[in-house]
Amino acid sequence: MSAPATSVTPARPPTSAGPATSPHKRRQARTAAAFLLPFAALFAVAYAAPIGYTLYQSLFKMHRDGLGLSAPTKAFAGLGNYSDALHDPVFRGALLRVLLIGAVQVPVMLGLALGLALLLDAKGTLFKRFFRLAFFLPYALPGVVGALMWSYLVAPGLSPITSAAHAVGVHLDLTSGPMLAPTIGNMLTWGWTGYNMLIIYSALQAIPPELAEAARMDGCSAWGIAWHVKIPIVRPALVLTTVFSIIGTAQLYNEPAVLQHVAPNLSSNYTPIFAAYNAVNDNNFGYAATESVVLAALAFVLSFGFLKLVQRRGAAL
Amino acid sequence: MTTLQTTRTAPAQPVVRSRRPTPAHPSRWLTLGVLGLVSVYFLAPVWWLVVSSTKSNSALFNGSGFWFSGRFALLSNLQDVFTRQGAIYPRWLLNTALYAVGGAAVSTLVSALAGYALAKYAFRGRETVFNIVLAAVLVPQPLLAVPLYLLFSPVHLVNTYWGVLIPSMVSPFGVYLARIYAAASVPDELIEAGRVDGAGEVRIFATIGLRLMSPALVTVFLFQFVGIWSNYLLPALMLADDKLQPVTVGLVGWQAQRGIGDAVPFNIVITAAAVSVIPLIIMFLSLQRFWRSGLSAGSVK
Repeated sequence: MSAPATSVTPARPPTSAGPATSPHKRRQARTAAAFLLPFAALFAVAYAAPIGYTLYQSLFKMHRDGLGLSAPTKAFAGLGNYSDALHDPVFRGALLRVLLIGAVQVPVMLGLALGLALLLDAKGTLFKRFFRLAFFLPYALPGVVGALMWSYLVAPGLSPITSAAHAVGVHLDLTSGPMLAPTIGNMLTWGWTGYNMLIIYSALQAIPPELAEAARMDGCSAWGIAWHVKIPIVRPALVLTTVFSIIGTAQLYNEPAVLQHVAPNLSSNYTPIFAAYNAVNDNNFGYAATESVVLAALAFVLSFGFLKLVQRRGAAL
Repeated sequence: MTTLQTTRTAPAQPVVRSRRPTPAHPSRWLTLGVLGLVSVYFLAPVWWLVVSSTKSNSALFNGSGFWFSGRFALLSNLQDVFTRQGAIYPRWLLNTALYAVGGAAVSTLVSALAGYALAKYAFRGRETVFNIVLAAVLVPQPLLAVPLYLLFSPVHLVNTYWGVLIPSMVSPFGVYLARIYAAASVPDELIEAGRVDGAGEVRIFATIGLRLMSPALVTVFLFQFVGIWSNYLLPALMLADDKLQPVTVGLVGWQAQRGIGDAVPFNIVITAAAVSVIPLIIMFLSLQRFWRSGLSAGSVK
């Protein structure tokens, strides 16, 4: 993340440039500290403290006596929770499930977002404004409200999709076991494609029109322009949307949690966040903390690894 | 596309002019068809929500889901939504407005201060602070909810407005955006001129910085506002008392009753969901340009 940071730094040097005296500099640093203080205080409460607390708690285990009569005691366990979590089939299953959903859903969603953005950006496309709004509309619905709506749209008895399938003689239950992952993937795609499309579209709009025009003069087709000119230029936007999507998928919770109320088959440990919450409900906070850390670490490795991968490939090109 | 092609080819081959635009048409119709189909996918569920909010509970289970049927029950549904459980629904809406407006207003000011400091003052550790902010953008939010609950519990912030408001007041993404905007829109010369005139740093920030950053700060406010409005997990965990809950938590509570027995019927949950998105949709339509400026700042980085 340091690469984008440097690129947004203003080309102009900060105000202290020139023959700044040391007291002047010190005064600047004091003012900056004062300006940063409210953010720092809130950040300490809402980010640093919970993260630190989670890391600390993940090193402790709760010990109960055999009958569970006396209150459980807390004991230092080192990395014991971590080895438990990595061998826990329920937690591993939840991680794998989310990984598989993400591996299919993220490329589908971003491919759709890129395609729509390119079509909207193309010359001569009609009703651009209407389509842009239509695609972005789902983002205006809070995630749980969108999920709630879809839960009724797939619920047996209520679902217009199921009854349409029934009318043509197909038995379809979108809340049955094998259909759960596609149903959730659809909810995510519906909710987030427009958001990602708008990020890519904004980047496309920043391309100087002369560039595409020059390519057209050279006999490049519309497809060729999209592939050879536009997509390479909007690469940073594609990287950004991919990183956000990886992190978003790792924290999958709202959609399955709402869907659960119409899909009794949905496992109570469907995603890693579910698993962590169940551990909290069992008063096993050390284990919940460990599962959170493992999930955050995995999301970080995947998103950061992806960043490094595309940076290296970008350098090779 | 057609006009450009015509003008380009016209001088050389005037005869082709009349035929040249036609090949563009099939692809244009194809584009329109594809975009039209995709927009049906995005709009149909919302249409279903609107249509269903006009139906009685039994009509939901009969006839086409995408068209009106049975008695037009919108008004009685609305009445039921707004009066059920001692009129808790309007209270949920007000709570949401309080969390979203209060949290977003404070977080915008805090982000503006921090972003301005990071962009306009030179001090040691500036890049470190900014990198921490960037790393925090990448932290999955739901993971913070449980430890926040456990930390807030002994200091009696759980089940209070503050339990949701305090975490809503900080937005690393807002600081990130504010720094970009401050760097781009507040010239150093103006700050220097203010200093020469003897203005203090706070005053320079309030009169020059805030004013020049204000269009960008609307974007910061908007993102945080929608983030808080949409948030479900933190308030669901933090607020057991349904009188303090925002509308997202209240709605899912109604949906979780599954329409069985004395539970809230489906048509009431659907109507309540439809009503709850109206304020956000109005905001989206009226503040479109601020969305695009925020999203493009994110993508250009």
